[in-house]
Amino acid sequence: MTLVLALILVPIGAGLMLGCVRLDTLRKVVVGAVTLAVFCGTLALAARPTPVDSGVVPFNHHWLNLGMLLVEIGMGLYVIVVGVRSRRPLIVALMLAQGGLMLWFELTQGPRLEAAHDLFVDNFSLIMALINGVVGGGICLYALGYMREYHEVAHRDVPDRRPLFFALLFIFMGAMFGLVFANNLMWLFLFWEITTLCSFLLIGYTQTPEARRNALRALVMNLAGGLAFALAIVWFHDNADSIELQTLITSKQSLALVPAALLCFAGITKSAQLPFSSWLLGAMVAPTPVSALLHSSTMVKAGVYLVLRMAPAVTGTTVGLMVALVGGVTFVIGSMAAITTSEAKRVLAWSTVANLGLIVLCGGIGTGEAVWAGMLLIVFHAVAKCLLFLCVGVVEHKLHSRDIEAMSGLIVNLPRVAVMMLVGMAGMFLAPFGMLISKWAVLKAVVDASPLLSVFIVFGSSATLFFWVKWMGKLLEVVEPQRRIEEKLALGESIALYGLSAATFLACLFFPLISSRFIEPYVLSVYGQTASLGQGNLLIMTIMMIFVLLFPLSFVWYGRGVKVVDAYLGGANVRGGVGFTGSAGQVQEVNLHNYYFRGLLDEAGLCRCGVIGCSIVLAVMAAAALV
Amino acid sequence: MLIYLIAAPVVGGLLAGWDRRISARMQSRRGPPIFQPFYDVRKLWQKQSIVVRRSQNFYILFFLLLVIFTGALFFAGSDLLLVIFALTLAAIFFVLGAYKASSPYSFIGAERELILMMAYEPMILLTAIGMYMVTKSFYVHDIASHATLLVLALPGVFLGFLYTLEIKFRKSPFDLSSSHHAHQELVRGITTEFSGRALALIEIAHWYENVFLLGWVYLFFASSPLLGVAVSLLVFVLVILTDNVFARLKWQTALRSAWVVAAVLGFGNILVLSLLR
Repeated sequence: MTLVLALILVPIGAGLMLGCVRLDTLRKVVVGAVTLAVFCGTLALAARPTPVDSGVVPFNHHWLNLGMLLVEIGMGLYVIVVGVRSRRPLIVALMLAQGGLMLWFELTQGPRLEAAHDLFVDNFSLIMALINGVVGGGICLYALGYMREYHEVAHRDVPDRRPLFFALLFIFMGAMFGLVFANNLMWLFLFWEITTLCSFLLIGYTQTPEARRNALRALVMNLAGGLAFALAIVWFHDNADSIELQTLITSKQSLALVPAALLCFAGITKSAQLPFSSWLLGAMVAPTPVSALLHSSTMVKAGVYLVLRMAPAVTGTTVGLMVALVGGVTFVIGSMAAITTSEAKRVLAWSTVANLGLIVLCGGIGTGEAVWAGMLLIVFHAVAKCLLFLCVGVVEHKLHSRDIEAMSGLIVNLPRVAVMMLVGMAGMFLAPFGMLISKWAVLKAVVDASPLLSVFIVFGSSATLFFWVKWMGKLLEVVEPQRRIEEKLALGESIALYGLSAATFLACLFFPLISSRFIEPYVLSVYGQTASLGQGNLLIMTIMMIFVLLFPLSFVWYGRGVKVVDAYLGGANVRGGVGFTGSAGQVQEVNLHNYYFRGLLDEAGLCRCGVIGCSIVLAVMAAAALV
Repeated sequence: MLIYLIAAPVVGGLLAGWDRRISARMQSRRGPPIFQPFYDVRKLWQKQSIVVRRSQNFYILFFLLLVIFTGALFFAGSDLLLVIFALTLAAIFFVLGAYKASSPYSFIGAERELILMMAYEPMILLTAIGMYMVTKSFYVHDIASHATLLVLALPGVFLGFLYTLEIKFRKSPFDLSSSHHAHQELVRGITTEFSGRALALIEIAHWYENVFLLGWVYLFFASSPLLGVAVSLLVFVLVILTDNVFARLKWQTALRSAWVVAAVLGFGNILVLSLLR
């Protein structure tokens, strides 16, 4: 229990402390130490037999609640000030509605708001905590080197507010721990709001007009989710006289359906599903560690965590079907939108939106098999996506561009980063890596539960294939004689990048262990039965893994027994094959450019379709929950 | 499975020989001897290896290995979805090899091959799903030993599958990525920069692949083996016929039409099945 509390409080405390540290060396020491402590803490917790006995919090409840109330009021007032200053009546209105509701609720029901267990640890929260501790910790280490380069080399015009940045990073991490360990819905709500506020501040970090605008958009959408969350708490307490998450999940569907639908809505806003996906795309203006944090270990994962938690309550209902539809539509639209853009971070963002859609789809279907697949997706996506973001961050600093077209020949320019990026991409979509195993599991779960929904998966995943492979190809092809760029990485950056690359492989190798140790027990405890891949299939996956691992070995024969010539260009080659003499005697440059389907698909149009479609689905969901 | 490993290249090579013979007859030519593909491969094997980028041939080797692996999984009766994923992995190695070669023609071939993969993937997955809905199993050996003719329950899926088969065989109207006949804008597309042994490996990989694909056609008629073999061969002839009858499509049309076919025939069939359940 103390360990759980420590995991929540230590990062938050460290964050508050880092807010006053201006000295770079001291910051390095603190960040390193706290990250290490959190890392060891999560591992120690994971090594315990589960479910960990969740004792009583050793604080006076009255004062604790009062303290929390004060924090909430403080945050609420801050948000209102922000809303007034930026002249956004919607922010003020949403905050007033939600704050007023909660204040009234606490003041009238205050003494009765007791939960038997404020915190609890089961296998699902453990998985989330591991992701948060390991991946989130890696991001914090990476941020040390990255932010120095960001301010001292790349973006001298941006005011250096690093103390605030690292403070927010760690508070975010602590809040995420709180979020996954909370059983008391009031606590969960508090941590939920902290992540909303932190993400708002981090997105607006550079304080450019664009950053401010996008930060406000993120705030509006997440506040809408927060309002739904508050309504869910009040409704559930009103009808079931309880504020415990565990009670909510295990109560009858008639009782749990409305709050579960509201919480699913909150989860959908937080995990940036259509029609709310624009906030996550806008969040790309922030420095790369923020994007990595929002996309892989915190924030959006909080959203899908909640949706998957609600899965038993919505399974088999119209609400569940609608949640699944939102996820399915988002998966297809997100994957197609990722084809149309050549900006690396935007491709990653769309791919995150799409993959979260897949997880939400699993949550909406809500059978044991689907939840099992969804949890696998969460794990593998966090690792691979974080790796990709961090790689893109490095490349952006070295090449001063995040355009995929500029990454041509990266395998020669920046060989180590390019290989890590290829590992990350393979991890995102190739057999036998984790994401593909999970997609396979999703497909099976969906076919068993409602085969018609599988149409989203088959079309979406073929689009996924296209944009990843063309990116991989871009990294591999080498047209011009390339100069090698110096590939110096800060210590923290190296640890994060190498660690995550190794984790991508290890997560696949130890996939059966992850499944049997964490995921299957959770699914078993909730549904009474569990899913797994057959033994024979595991063997086949291992063989495929060996194939992939053998591939680099073939480079032993690199350049042996072959004669190297210029590429065929349809004319007389000049200057070592980077140009040729065309028919009119002019020298033509060779220029390779990927397809983006701009004539066929259009990002804005796709978005519009998705927003309209998903809004209708959500409206149907609201109607279904109330009727 | 062992039979497949040994016999598939022989059968595949013979099929390729027949393909050239039948095509020639359709064009009022005599055509080469039936063993010509084997002679070709032997000749290619003796040629010097010429490359543009030193690592490009490694990708081809793994393409072949994975195609063989895919077929072996299929004929060993494994999970159909896993077979599809292995096939995709193999195809991606091929495409990456062409990207690596870094020539404009192989680059455009690689891009188009990717577009074609994107075009056929939904229908192939829907085929597996359709078979699962009828037989309640993704395992090839369960599907093969199912008592009824699958095609009766899955006529739409079967037709859609035939459509994607045209793409997989890289035949007109879908020979966008690498044509058997050199075209101005494409040269040889994805295989432009591969020569000698690498090209021989690609040929052999295609033999393996074709046998595996015809094996899948057989699966639709598995409860009556003779009919199955006959239909598979008939499908092969049909593919050759369309190759000779149709001109090449633009990639936009190819992609759109393949997705429409998958959505209408494939998904429509599954929709009907799930309504009937």
